[in-house]
Amino acid sequence: MKIIVSIKNLKKIYKNNLVAIKNLNLDIFEGEIIALLGPNGAGKTTLISTICGLSSITSGSIKVNNFDVVDDYRKTREIIGLVPQELALEPFEKVINSIKFSRRLFGKKDDPIYLDNLLKKLHLFDKKNETIKALSGGMKRRVLIAKALSHNPKILFLDEPTAGVDVELRKDMWDIIKELKKDGVTIILTTHYIEEAEMIADRIGIINNGDLLLVEEKQSLIKRMSIKTLKVNLKKSIAKIPDKLKSYKLKLDVHGNYFLYNYKTGTKKTGITSLLSDMGSIGMELQDIQTKQTSLEDIFVKIIKD
Amino acid sequence: MNLQGILAIYIYEMNRSFRTLIQSLVSPVLSTMLYFIVFGAAIGSRMEMIDGVSYGAFIVPGLIMLTVQMQSVANASFGIYFPKFIGTTYELLSAPLSFIEIVIGYVGAAATKSFSIGIIILLTSNLFVNIDIIHPFFMIFFLLITCITFSLLGFIIGIISDNFEQLNIVPMLIITPLVFLGGSFYTINMLPEFWQNIALLNPAVYLISGFRWAFFGIGDVPITTSVFTILTFTSLCVLVIWRIFKTGYKIKT
Ligand SMILES: Nc1ncnc2c1ncn2[C@@H]1O[C@H](COP(=O)(O)OP(=O)(O)O)[C@@H](O)[C@H]1O
Ligand SMILES: [Mg+2]
Repeated sequence: MKIIVSIKNLKKIYKNNLVAIKNLNLDIFEGEIIALLGPNGAGKTTLISTICGLSSITSGSIKVNNFDVVDDYRKTREIIGLVPQELALEPFEKVINSIKFSRRLFGKKDDPIYLDNLLKKLHLFDKKNETIKALSGGMKRRVLIAKALSHNPKILFLDEPTAGVDVELRKDMWDIIKELKKDGVTIILTTHYIEEAEMIADRIGIINNGDLLLVEEKQSLIKRMSIKTLKVNLKKSIAKIPDKLKSYKLKLDVHGNYFLYNYKTGTKKTGITSLLSDMGSIGMELQDIQTKQTSLEDIFVKIIKD
Repeated sequence: MNLQGILAIYIYEMNRSFRTLIQSLVSPVLSTMLYFIVFGAAIGSRMEMIDGVSYGAFIVPGLIMLTVQMQSVANASFGIYFPKFIGTTYELLSAPLSFIEIVIGYVGAAATKSFSIGIIILLTSNLFVNIDIIHPFFMIFFLLITCITFSLLGFIIGIISDNFEQLNIVPMLIITPLVFLGGSFYTINMLPEFWQNIALLNPAVYLISGFRWAFFGIGDVPITTSVFTILTFTSLCVLVIWRIFKTGYKIKT
């Protein structure tokens, strides 16, 4: 796979000495959808800003399509589209003019057919001649996307595209993103909705406190997610796990009142039945059992806490 | 060179003034006409000729300078402040545009506007008084360079300002007084000697004098001094803008 964005030892310290990105390394592959997941203030927007030219780089380097974003900024920015987190739009401008403006800023001549198609794809065509201030929030978000796509970029950054957007529109947005992927656009989106990353991303990166904690294929993360925990409360507390149950890798509580058993939901044999019958065979009585799903959210929280 | 990009900014800015045609064109023209009626017609009829020029004609170059200087600053500062205010600068910064190209777009549009206003005022004045311009090409050059320089100054003010109050404070507290006291309505020889010396510290004096020289061949100071002043001022503004962009001051985070 071709690497389209390569970030090496990136460090960003703001003028007020706040360290927003510590030492970040990340390769993004051509054509993928990568979701950067992290709580507010993690450094997601800062990361995008350094790639796109809104923020200076304190140290390290960023290459886009093998060009340096500082030395060869024209070549890198030409192929990047950016949808910012805030709904920043000139309120008194017409939708179509605003989009034409963006296209020309990127050095391209007006192309009415391309722009009309773009508007249709984003369900904005009937709003073409409306003034931006007359549009709803969701529509404004689409205008921002249209502006970012107006010069036909290869890479699209979406900074929290669905923050504060209702469920219906969020689904719409996901469809749009999937469509773009089909056209070969590489998509980097930030979000703090785990569900969103799960729905559309190929890879998920988790950022916290200016560190990229992990980048992983979504599938393998989901495998981890499919682990469930069975909690078995015992009638009589025990000092240690009996030898007969060693193979289950149980985790005993410090007081010996209950133990935990992890199992995979995806597999045919969960091992629960045999565990319970083995317990019966050595005369252990249980008081109560509970199961708990380990969600991506739990993984997320765990990773962030560690 | 991203010509399309420069044009995009330029056209966008020009369109913005067409949307607000009254504010950007009619109001400066109207207020100049009022000056003209009060100072030119009412007071001027009681004034004697100044160096062989009627008072009505005498104030025309000063009025044009006054208006284009204030308009350039107002237009250019608002032009770049507004995107900062609504957050759309992200687009300028993420586009394959150099800072020079951004400046050319914004300053070019602001200077075009004020230049047009200057020409319109000149044409309107011609309805009231007879004006013969001795050095027409130099007049155009001087008007143009003034519009560009003050638009550069306005651009700087727009970048530096964090709020609307700051945006207005420099024009109101510094530029307006300097320009008003710069000899739009009088020659500085009319002042007592002490004030003449003070007036010579005011750069606006040299600009108005130079522009008046283009019209009537007379000025408070030699024309070379005026040309030197405006070019120094231009270079200074260019230098400041270059520094701002070099360091990303108030633009990049
Ligand atoms: N312009 C700035 N100046 C100083 N600090 C900033 C600036 N922008 C963001 N920060 C700080 O940098 C950190 C990362 O912010 P940001 O990248 O916006 O996070 P996220 O997008 O993940 O919510 C936060 O602590 C934020 O307060
Ligand atoms: Mg953010």
